[in-house]
Amino acid sequence: MGDVLIMNEIDATANRLGIDLLQVDLDSIQLPPGEDLGIISDDEDVYEDDDQEVESGFGNIIVVDNLPVVPKEKFEKLEGVIKEDGLWMPVDPETQKSLGYCFIEYNTPQEAELAKEKTNGYKLDRAHIFAVNMFDDFDKFMKVPDEWAPPEHKPYTPGENLQKWLTDEKARDQFVIRSGTDTEVLWNDARHLKPEPVYKRSYWTESFVQWSPLGTYLATVHRQGAAVWGGANTFNRLMRYAHPQVKLIDFSPGEKYLVTYSSHEPSNPRDANRVVINIFDVRTGKVMRDFKGSADEFAVGGTGGVAGVSWPVFRWGGGKDKYFAKLGKNMISVYETESFTLIDKKSLKVENVMDFSWSPTDPIISLFVPELGGGNQPARVSLVQIPSKEELRQKNLFSVSDCKMYWQSSGDYLAVKVDRYTKTKKSTYTGFELFRIKERDIPIEVLELDNKNDKIIAFAWEPKGHRFAVIHGDSPRPDISFYSMRTAQHAGRVSKLTTLKGKQANALFWSPSGRFIVLAGLKGFNGQLEFYNVDELETMATAEHFMATDVEWDPTGRYVATAVTSVHEMENGFNIWSFNGKLLYRTLKDHFFQFLWRPRPPSFLTPEKEEEIAKNLKKYSKKYEAEDQDVSMQLSEQEREKRRSLKNEWEKKISEWKRLHEEEKMERQMLRDGEASDEEEEYEAKEVEVEEVLDVTEEVEE
Amino acid sequence: MFQANSMTLITGSADQTAKLWNVETGAQLFTFNFDSPARSVDFAVGDKLAVITTDPFMELNSAIHVKRIARDPADQGGESVLILKGPQGRINRAVWGPLNRTIISAGEDAIVRIWDTETGKLLKESDKETGHKKTITSLAKAADGSHFLTGSLDKSAKLWDARTLELIKTYVTERPVNAVTMSPLLDHVVLGGGQDASAVTTTDHRAGKFEAKFFDKILQEEIGGVKGHFGPINALAFNPDGKSFSSGGEDGYVRLHHFDPDYFNIKI
Repeated sequence: MGDVLIMNEIDATANRLGIDLLQVDLDSIQLPPGEDLGIISDDEDVYEDDDQEVESGFGNIIVVDNLPVVPKEKFEKLEGVIKEDGLWMPVDPETQKSLGYCFIEYNTPQEAELAKEKTNGYKLDRAHIFAVNMFDDFDKFMKVPDEWAPPEHKPYTPGENLQKWLTDEKARDQFVIRSGTDTEVLWNDARHLKPEPVYKRSYWTESFVQWSPLGTYLATVHRQGAAVWGGANTFNRLMRYAHPQVKLIDFSPGEKYLVTYSSHEPSNPRDANRVVINIFDVRTGKVMRDFKGSADEFAVGGTGGVAGVSWPVFRWGGGKDKYFAKLGKNMISVYETESFTLIDKKSLKVENVMDFSWSPTDPIISLFVPELGGGNQPARVSLVQIPSKEELRQKNLFSVSDCKMYWQSSGDYLAVKVDRYTKTKKSTYTGFELFRIKERDIPIEVLELDNKNDKIIAFAWEPKGHRFAVIHGDSPRPDISFYSMRTAQHAGRVSKLTTLKGKQANALFWSPSGRFIVLAGLKGFNGQLEFYNVDELETMATAEHFMATDVEWDPTGRYVATAVTSVHEMENGFNIWSFNGKLLYRTLKDHFFQFLWRPRPPSFLTPEKEEEIAKNLKKYSKKYEAEDQDVSMQLSEQEREKRRSLKNEWEKKISEWKRLHEEEKMERQMLRDGEASDEEEEYEAKEVEVEEVLDVTEEVEE
Repeated sequence: MFQANSMTLITGSADQTAKLWNVETGAQLFTFNFDSPARSVDFAVGDKLAVITTDPFMELNSAIHVKRIARDPADQGGESVLILKGPQGRINRAVWGPLNRTIISAGEDAIVRIWDTETGKLLKESDKETGHKKTITSLAKAADGSHFLTGSLDKSAKLWDARTLELIKTYVTERPVNAVTMSPLLDHVVLGGGQDASAVTTTDHRAGKFEAKFFDKILQEEIGGVKGHFGPINALAFNPDGKSFSSGGEDGYVRLHHFDPDYFNIKI
């Protein structure tokens, strides 16, 4: 907590001086050389852990053993091989020959380490292979006792229950918000129509925060690396991951691993940036594997993101964090997490591969190869099984200009949006190839929109469901169509459910449990929201959150959060709505940067249990309805109390003022020269008739 | 600012003068000269004194001037009875406290100050923690002078006790506040404002979005708003009978609003 206190002081000082801390460029501050003003740098913390052995003063000396024993005449020749200043080769005083080893001193321990790494095992000739060790290591090895003693048994201290938030009695969900310099985690208390704070901290992160995919950790990003926080009732720092100048992070879906990315300016400005990617084990903080290279190696295919790289570079798949894969030039490199090496020690070679995508549930990769040779080699989409690398299904596509793949959340379906050139090659029209993954032989169906020339603005599968929604059209008010992959009438064929015409929408947000969807008009539409029930095919509510930039369902599908971030200068903050479009409460926060619901792990209930609960919903809901009633009565009672007390306070003030006013009456009259015009509250409007001479004319009679 | 009997008007101007006018005839009665633009003016109880503030200009700091107002314009002189200096930045409003014993000033440095008129000493200052965080743009006195309302660019308005400078109420809104006024009839407070034209980057497609927002004075809750202006509102004033009010805005329009009978029956 020491950090937080100091920041408060700094804030107070800045306020007093009228300085806006957010405007100050901390990086431009230069301390006088050698001065650190007594402030312990955060960086030192990380380094201290590594350099614990350097205290001896001999840390920069290495011992090179297994040198040939040579007489004095050959010294120079031998020294020529190991040429370095600070070399001392002891000589046997009796034989005047070298003893077969020497000591070399370097300027810094780091240089000595480097030299040791590079020269240990160097073959001078067949009989002499250098054995190089740090001088200090000898000390360490000498200290090893001759007898093995079993390691000390540390008593088991159970860690905190990191999943405690899921056991909230009121079944609320948490979310994190960032505004100004504060990061806060709050409960969404919909019954009380306001958020309840969990934890708040200023300067918790240096750039952004991110939840882990199952909600166990909150990750923060700093100049020296990333950190994760969590705990039972509050947020403690659980682990740190050193990665200087880290810019982006990504968790594996099972939260086992954390991938961090940084991009560095090259020494030669004409080269591409240097990219460093580390993969850490989340719980131990150990680096499992790192990847270093030029940005060119990592920015293949796809659209450029930060510094030309599309993030995440490594995409996880196969369930249980088993595999991760990267798109390369003419190949897909698939690694497995047992050994963090390539499967079969080599990448999957696919000539000209442009994009790939994992199934969310199975170890299957879908990939897309564009058209080649001016139409000689058609484009194709393939499904490849991992780790066998066997091609499960393939389809050739002709006249393709572009392609995008969308997996349904349970891995049941894959939709491939294909843009094709018309015969004249002047424009494109779009169609969908729909793969039914779980059916035998993976049948593919082709779907074209009613109006082939409509541009596709958005596409989204219903989570855990069989339907999808498409926004299409060119006009300022596009259409939205809903399709189902299996209707009662056509079990094996896709069919259209309905088309909504002329909607002000450009983004689709399905509820995570399906059935409901928010059709949102962001950006140009300035925050139009339509809450739509896809089961009944009817609108539940239309609303507006002026200038909304983000829409996010809570992980249970009960609530929707819409937010206005600092992209806009005014009206920053967020709204919480019920799933059917009722506004529950809104919170204004200036300089609003992020709103993220805390994800939940998948339910432990079996499908049978879920069905049973759905059947007996009425029984369960009675209990909760009663609770709701209690709370709302309590609320209104509280409201009334509050109002009563405010009014009472005010009455007291008014009577106090009246009393003073009365006392001062005499004096006031005197100020007005005796005029008792105290009743200024009731002013008098007097109508005064004024005669004004407009014009004088003289008429002279002739 | 009008005198209590509405016969004389005093105005302050950027031409570095303040003038007295005869309301009936429109004739200029007297001109006070200053070395910098005059901004805020107010008549004291009894109309024998007036307070005029001047802006900081070149090397001059802002100042508060107290002038004697003669009954007969012919006797009017230009000397200051008292000059108060001190606040940093522009003083946007200065008004007389009860019985003319004090002068209340507020401005760019977001602090409300109470000065003693006799000695010229600073008696009280508003607390930095609870007070406004940005420039105070406007100030409106209650009819009996017991409390006053300040509006600020920090998107809030605050109600203070005029004698003790105790902070009584705070009203929070979404836009910087440029003008405030209190209803003489009901317990309503009205705030007007909007983002400065120079800071707006997105054109608001909802023309007339700038609202005069009505708050319940006691409960601090928003009751509603009156739309119509399509630029920030810079001035608000209630008709003394409380049945209508006027608003003036950046868009160059002055709007007069008359209340429906329903307005007087509003209950939260």
